[in-house]
Amino acid sequence: MILLRLYWEFFVVGCFSMGGGMATVPFLFDLADRTGWFTTADLASMIAISEATPGPIGINMATYVGYASAGVPGGVIAPLGLVTPAVVIILLVSRLLNTLWKNSRVQDLFHVLRPASVGLIAAAAFSVCAVSLFTWDGGLTLHWPSIVLFGLLLAAMNLPKLNKIPSVVFIAIAAVVGMVFQMVD
Amino acid sequence: MAKKRELFLTFARISASCFGGGYAMLPFFQQELVEKKGWLTDEELLDLHAIAQCTPGVISVNTATFCGYRTQGVSGALAATAGLLTPPILIVLIISAFFWAYAEHPMIQHALAGVRACVCALIISSTVKLYKKAVLNLPTFLVFLTVFVLAALVGLSPALLVLGAAAVGLVYAAIRKEGKA
Repeated sequence: MILLRLYWEFFVVGCFSMGGGMATVPFLFDLADRTGWFTTADLASMIAISEATPGPIGINMATYVGYASAGVPGGVIAPLGLVTPAVVIILLVSRLLNTLWKNSRVQDLFHVLRPASVGLIAAAAFSVCAVSLFTWDGGLTLHWPSIVLFGLLLAAMNLPKLNKIPSVVFIAIAAVVGMVFQMVD
Repeated sequence: MAKKRELFLTFARISASCFGGGYAMLPFFQQELVEKKGWLTDEELLDLHAIAQCTPGVISVNTATFCGYRTQGVSGALAATAGLLTPPILIVLIISAFFWAYAEHPMIQHALAGVRACVCALIISSTVKLYKKAVLNLPTFLVFLTVFVLAALVGLSPALLVLGAAAVGLVYAAIRKEGKA
């Protein structure tokens, strides 16, 4: 039963997430909240492992979440659910693809959908930071070591010469720093 | 049959050797599909990426489905998509099995705390990149801000917000059409 539910949940994510791997993140937060199959802290780790594993990020995330929720069958069913809508849509429209894309009404529609999608991703970014950099339980506790590491990495990623370095390298560095400085309080 | 196996294997190879997804895969697709196999032209590949950015789902899946369909019809589309999916699913399942077995180990916990800080930096960097491409003027900024506030502070469901934005987009398109006519 959970497999059907997983397939359906990821089918919905596949219908509504626009703009690549990170676009699935807000939906996965929502899923964690509603189902309790995995925690938001699990999700933050899964994003990292998805970035550090070869293959499309959305597929990796779906496989991790599926496995965490329902074992190996879940890990196969979830990515299949995720890709079903895209495969069906492309098969249906592939003949009309060019004319459809150049239609000005379609362009206008996406003109509004794109910033909406970025708004969702920004909200997910906010949730990821909330899970990782501070805790809120009545009072605010800041995790200073995490915040310092976050600031340094963000600066490094956006330096002109370093921004070509693949993200897997930054993740590996962060893992080593975490172990050396024993970052869990 | 040989062609379908070739589709499957080509997409499996691209998928297994490429970190990052989305735009990171573009050069791999270009090299394999356009230059080596001649299945797509450069223009088709760019159009596909533009379309995939704004249609739902995984960008590379759209490319695989389209390319497979173009060369071998529906069964080709399925072969190419299956090829793209197989390596990451296998790799992730193997890693997951180990990860969940050792996740509680203190050393892994320390590493993950570091990694989570890195994820914050990664997701903020990619949000900024997407923001620059999507938020171009005051109206698009207002759409962005509204969705952000409703998702982050009010906690509305993402699917609902996408549907709402689509409705606004259709109204906007209709008004623009009228203005031009």
